[in-house]
Amino acid sequence: MKSLLSSGHRGCAGCCDAMAAKFTLMAAGEDCIVINPTGCLEVMTTPYPESSWEVPWIHSLFENTAAVASGIEAALKAMGKMGDTKIIAMGGDGATLDIGMRAISGAFERGHDFTYVCIDNEAYMNTGVQRSGATPFGASTTTSPAGKVSIGNPRPKKNMPAIIAAHGAPYIATTSIGYPKDMIRKVKTAIDTEGPTYIHAHAPCTTGWGFDSSKTVEIAKLAVETALWPLYEMEDGDVTKVKKIMKPKPVEDYLKMQKRFKHLFTMEGGDDAIKKIQALADENIVKFGLQ
Amino acid sequence: MTVIRDLDKDKMVVAEGSYTVASAVKACKPNVISAYPITPQTHIVEDLSQFMADGEIPNCEYINVESEFSALSALVGSSAAGARCYSATTSQGLELMHEVLFNVSGMRLPVVMTIVNRAVSAPINIWNDHQDSISQRDTGWIQLYAEDTQEISDMTAQAFKIAEDKDILLPAMTCMDGFILSHVHEPVELLESDLVDEYLPSYEPEYVLDPKNPMSFGAFADPESYTEFRYLQQQSMDNAVKKIEDAATEFYDIFGRYYGGLIDEYETEDAEIIIMAMGSVIGTIKDAIDKLRDKGEKVGLLKIRSFRPFPVEAIRKAVKDAKVVVPIDKNISLGLNEGALCTETKACLYNTSINMPVVGFMIGHGGRDIRISTIESIVEQAKKVADSGIEVESQYADLKEEML
Ligand SMILES: Cc1ncc(C[n+]2csc(CCOP(=O)(O)OP(=O)(O)O)c2C)c(N)n1
Ligand SMILES: [Mg+2]
Repeated sequence: MKSLLSSGHRGCAGCCDAMAAKFTLMAAGEDCIVINPTGCLEVMTTPYPESSWEVPWIHSLFENTAAVASGIEAALKAMGKMGDTKIIAMGGDGATLDIGMRAISGAFERGHDFTYVCIDNEAYMNTGVQRSGATPFGASTTTSPAGKVSIGNPRPKKNMPAIIAAHGAPYIATTSIGYPKDMIRKVKTAIDTEGPTYIHAHAPCTTGWGFDSSKTVEIAKLAVETALWPLYEMEDGDVTKVKKIMKPKPVEDYLKMQKRFKHLFTMEGGDDAIKKIQALADENIVKFGLQ
Repeated sequence: MTVIRDLDKDKMVVAEGSYTVASAVKACKPNVISAYPITPQTHIVEDLSQFMADGEIPNCEYINVESEFSALSALVGSSAAGARCYSATTSQGLELMHEVLFNVSGMRLPVVMTIVNRAVSAPINIWNDHQDSISQRDTGWIQLYAEDTQEISDMTAQAFKIAEDKDILLPAMTCMDGFILSHVHEPVELLESDLVDEYLPSYEPEYVLDPKNPMSFGAFADPESYTEFRYLQQQSMDNAVKKIEDAATEFYDIFGRYYGGLIDEYETEDAEIIIMAMGSVIGTIKDAIDKLRDKGEKVGLLKIRSFRPFPVEAIRKAVKDAKVVVPIDKNISLGLNEGALCTETKACLYNTSINMPVVGFMIGHGGRDIRISTIESIVEQAKKVADSGIEVESQYADLKEEML
């Protein structure tokens, strides 16, 4: 299959955003229009006059991706050009959970026929690893650094799929770039479902999280295997499918491979923080019936 | 050519200013309308919503967005997809759009938006002045100001024609004074759809989002290329100088109505004092001039229709034989104590052989009533400047000293 995201872009070796975009396009095919907010993916794929995108692509601002998508959908409808064209917004966690929330809420409430893919690398990577609403508890970032009196980010991740579910979206799924088949299937289901649909893809960032660029997929899998990132699908607000994990691994297996959690293993109070993180994973196992 | 209104009494109706605009928008056949309500723009979007509800705008989607930020952002997508796009806003709504305004212009998307001019908060105030649109002057939008409801109606079609021209491709704001024009009922000729079809070609952009011919919109430009993008935007503004004139004369040819192109002049030929202004205050000033002319005062008026592009050459030509130029501003640049028209008029006369005093008066902020007597007292002060030079370069003409 021809890749619709050409090589030669400026992404880091082992870049999660590039993988997420590639998988999304594999699911969508050529007949789509992609909207990107400002962020790593946008910057690395379109240094003028070059572009990696083999499909029509537009970037406007950081916080308006869902609104731009609404406008494209409305225009195609008005001009009778919708056909089978899929409208796909792909935004980072900052663009999605934080600054773009208003526009996303509006677009989902209005019910535009589009798919929003959140590429969640758990911080503002494009500007140098600052925390976002998706940064997990205990992670050290440049604006939630670990320090003598700080264990890193003080809050757990915002539950974005639940927020989208509250808007009545017909299909929502979490996925991970560590599971390409899972991601491609879910994106495909999302774009084939009428109305606004949402995919939340977990995406480990080699630079921002601090791990070797060969380990992106391994880390992504560990997030799922420890139950810190549960994979599930929601139809009309109900969880209908989950990916079971028979023997959940301890969260330490995941944490110890990343520089952003290193302090938890050395500093005073780190043990407690790790226990809290294990508790979050245990909660997921119960809540989603993962075992 | 001066103002010409070949109005056909049989075709005239009494309509609210907002309705004339909504009707004009309908006649221009937009594909996407995206707007968020705010006083005093609301009647326009309500009228358009009713047209939609009655199926009167074919091939059009109205997006009921959740904010002005999204109103204009949605049109970025719509316009890039090849749709003719319209919005309307004012004051707080326009300020909220600030970031998107630059974006629309930089991406060369010919969106047309009516600005129903209103003061900005704080203190919150819903009445008319020009601070909202003037504060957006460097965002790369063409800015046109209308004198009355017939003009703002007709200006809507002109704005689409100018914005969508292949040599321009810049968004345009058509500005009308809040309440004074938006909520007043006057006899007008609504824009006729078949004549608009003759006047305004359908919008056929060269570059659109199309899976059959994929293109990238909104790439990032590094220091190697950014300057050239900005230069080309300015070049299009330069091109607009002529196109705005052309759009006005072509409009006259088809509709028989003309309000000036970049500017319009009233009694300027032998005028020693030339007042400059924009928007609905033009009518008041004309009345004041009629009175003053009866008394033998040589006063004229230069109406600025296009604030962006700023009609530098036209202004120089119009004022060159006067003794004093008096820009009147419904806005202030805080920290400079001047309105924009004053600053920019001075700038466009500097470095030329025209050497004359320019004295600015700020007036009518936050909707304060502008009386003929205030204009007369401004002229009185201008006469003193002509005789004995400038004492105060710029000041409020209607300040209540007792309240300070
Ligand atoms: C209004 C605005 N605020 C801030 C920025 C700076 N900025 C650009 S990208 C970015 C972070 C992007 O983070 P995310 O959406 O998570 O995408 P990532 O780069 O991590 O893939 C920030 C803060 C901006 N461009 N616009
Ligand atoms: Mg991110």
